[in-house]
Amino acid sequence: MDYDSGFRLVNSLVSSSNGLAHQVGVLFDRRRAPAAMAEFLQFTFSGLTVGAVYALVAVGFTLIYNASDVVNFAQGEFVMLGGMVTVFLGYAGVPMPLAAAIAVLITTAVGLALYRLGIAPAHDASTVTMIIITIGASIFLRGVAEIIFDKRFHSLPALFGSDPIRVGGASILPQSVVVLASALLIVCLLCAFIDRTLYGKAVIATSANRMAATLVGINTRTIVGACFAISAAIGAVAGVLVTPITLTSYNVGTLLALKGFAAVMLGGIGNAMGAVVGGVLLGLFEAFAAGYLSASYKDAVAFVVILAVLFAMPQGLVGKTTVERV
Amino acid sequence: MLAEADRFRLLQHHRLFPLIPLAVIIVVLPLLFPSAYYYRVAALVFIFAIAALGLNLLMGFAGQVSLGHAGFMGVGAYAVAIGPSRLGIAPLLAFALGAACSAVLAFVVGRPILRLKGHYLAVATLGFGVLLTIVFTNEAKWTGGPDGMPVQQIIIINWTVHRIGTWYWILAASFLLSAVIALNLIDSPTGRALRAIHDSERAARVLGIEVAQKKLAVFVISAVYASVAGSFFALINGYVTPDASSFLRSIELVAMVVLGGMGSIVGSVVGSAVLVILPQALTVFHEYEHAILGLTLMAVMIFLRRGIVPSLSAALGGTYK
Amino acid sequence: MTALAAERISIAFGGVRALDGVSFEAAAGIVFSIIGPNGAGKTTLFNVISGLCVPDDGRVWLGGEDVTALAPERLARRGLSRTFQNLQIFSHLTTLENVMVGRHRHESTGLLADLLHLPAVSWQNRITRDAALKALARVGLAAMAQRPAGSLAYGDLKRLEIARALATEPTVLLLDEPAAGCNPTETKNIETMIRSIVADDITVVLVEHDMRLVMNISDRIHVLANGHTLAEGDAAAIRANPAVIEAYLGAHSAALEPASAVR
Repeated sequence: MDYDSGFRLVNSLVSSSNGLAHQVGVLFDRRRAPAAMAEFLQFTFSGLTVGAVYALVAVGFTLIYNASDVVNFAQGEFVMLGGMVTVFLGYAGVPMPLAAAIAVLITTAVGLALYRLGIAPAHDASTVTMIIITIGASIFLRGVAEIIFDKRFHSLPALFGSDPIRVGGASILPQSVVVLASALLIVCLLCAFIDRTLYGKAVIATSANRMAATLVGINTRTIVGACFAISAAIGAVAGVLVTPITLTSYNVGTLLALKGFAAVMLGGIGNAMGAVVGGVLLGLFEAFAAGYLSASYKDAVAFVVILAVLFAMPQGLVGKTTVERV
Repeated sequence: MLAEADRFRLLQHHRLFPLIPLAVIIVVLPLLFPSAYYYRVAALVFIFAIAALGLNLLMGFAGQVSLGHAGFMGVGAYAVAIGPSRLGIAPLLAFALGAACSAVLAFVVGRPILRLKGHYLAVATLGFGVLLTIVFTNEAKWTGGPDGMPVQQIIIINWTVHRIGTWYWILAASFLLSAVIALNLIDSPTGRALRAIHDSERAARVLGIEVAQKKLAVFVISAVYASVAGSFFALINGYVTPDASSFLRSIELVAMVVLGGMGSIVGSVVGSAVLVILPQALTVFHEYEHAILGLTLMAVMIFLRRGIVPSLSAALGGTYK
Repeated sequence: MTALAAERISIAFGGVRALDGVSFEAAAGIVFSIIGPNGAGKTTLFNVISGLCVPDDGRVWLGGEDVTALAPERLARRGLSRTFQNLQIFSHLTTLENVMVGRHRHESTGLLADLLHLPAVSWQNRITRDAALKALARVGLAAMAQRPAGSLAYGDLKRLEIARALATEPTVLLLDEPAAGCNPTETKNIETMIRSIVADDITVVLVEHDMRLVMNISDRIHVLANGHTLAEGDAAAIRANPAVIEAYLGAHSAALEPASAVR
């Protein structure tokens, strides 16, 4: 790299951080605060919306990981399927609500099939083998979507119209509110299910110690299968709800899964609350980075987060430090 | 005076023995090629075999995992593209610099990354590979952005390499050389240390093996292999795009390694051959490529975990290299 | 001359005190045994000594040098070696290759030489192979040299791990339950092996549950219970110690006597 380009690189880095500092400075400058505030709010809204999707993907990850120690790289495909199936059913003339319901059902079935055909037969495999299996599943689902659907972007009609709501100088789409509210609802329902029902207790038992759970009569295969099914359903719902905002296509799953995993790392692997926090935080980081630093490096944020967490605090923000007994 | 049978048995145990059938095939194959197209397919097989070989050293022998190895292929590919056109460096020098950059990058990134294990290591390497792809896609001034950039043909002294037939022999020789180096490594103190690390890091440490250092060494070596393969790939295509370092490409490399057989040198070629030739042969089914790749990965990992070559070899009652 | 010493080793794992102020000194050339009921902290002590765990408090001395918290690789180069209770065999390597790895400390070729297979490497391979074969012969496993280590019987694996540890030419050898899961014949073989190891001027520090073996072979015994030192002395003293007997929950005192019949 010659002096000129090196200089340019340093220059751009400096101006990026200057830009950020500038923005923060403007926020505290009373006279120009309103515009900067509006901008800040705007980024917050988009960050929260996309963060809600990451949170749902992360929760799905965590559910499966806790029950089976498998990191499911195909998690993002569930979101993709939810959106794509709904879209194409809609094109075929099926009314929206029914299309969405069917899409969630189909995705749930896919999740169950993934467990039964892909994971359960390889129950004694090493971690790396499992990773390759779920990556293979992800690529397979993507490949099938490529064939059955097409390679274009598709959208769905928003639930409450697409007129943005003005809040504090910024605007938020009604669909975003729907996404946020639904994410909250889903997480609460899931918590209620896990804590209050017998089935949920069985999930906790299976997550804590599979052998012991089997010994007290829990059919762990059914439980783990159910966890896959529930994760798939959650992902599908997220997909249906967010498509009006972010659009969908056959290959959105890959990046989503990786970002969901980043969220899980951020919150601490195995911790459901952490997954939600991680997802929302990641969404916010991304939005702020895209807004204040560089839009084209938006996707890099998740990976920088992954690497930073792995090196600095492998247990995540909320997770417990696991002590390795030698 | 050794009897013929004894001589053969001794030869069989020589570390380079597996290369003999390979070398024979390489020499005989062109006689069967009806057209230039076949040379090109073979050249691609060699290129990916080199990358798969490097990854096999890391995954099959040392027991680590990398889901971002195509990133190093990208570094090598863009080096031979950027060097001559943007920096005015001779193509051969750019080739070497690409490998050097990959080595340095692997050294710097490897130290912290290799402390991780299991899915943490997998995701860290994955993140690394994707980050590189994002950089290649965004820095359009250097890399031509998402559409990529053309690659000058390589000039060795003043001979421009452009015939695909010439590439066949260059790549065959390069592949054999990289196989020799890999086989050398395996049958050496370092190689034994790496194989020990695969089975029990704790026991290896207790026996005096500097585990972190060895893991880093094999990571760097495999990065250089990938970089060389990437450079060749760019040169032979005359073009490079950010896809050279994509996640999908990294997974294809992993697929080659596991399909052919982790820990098998010959397996690297077999895996590469299958994954290069099949899509070419089934151009009718081009759309099904990804679905088949995914299905293959799953099936191999569930049913044929050791890979083709080791399974075949075990079925025939022998050991394999 | 003290071959190995521990000074007030303390370590806790998340609130559980695994070891609390444990000290001992093992003189050179003896068999020093560490015994105690399950959960007493014996393997943890080994892990601290062999560098796999860093103690919260205390020091470890190897041949007069403070080696506390040194990494296992460094300790190996200073002459400390160990086996593992749960067997850490390199199952994908052959029996011979397992022991060859044990020679790593004495191998002198570098990475570059290995990659290029310079003549030094061929020479080194040959030397290592010969030394490894000798070590295998010493423990009676020479016939299994080419078999994949993963296919060996349990008793043979125990011997293999000892052979591998011996290949490093240690001054101090830690044996972690070498007789666990062995039948009386195998245990007798282990006993003979330990005697011959000590005869070669190697200090053996032994963690063992098999009381017969311990009483037969130990020059000195250190008793741990709940992470504390309970007692230390020679075989006779320990056998008669009431606190020790009680710690084993009224174990049949006959179990603490040497079996005169097994000779």
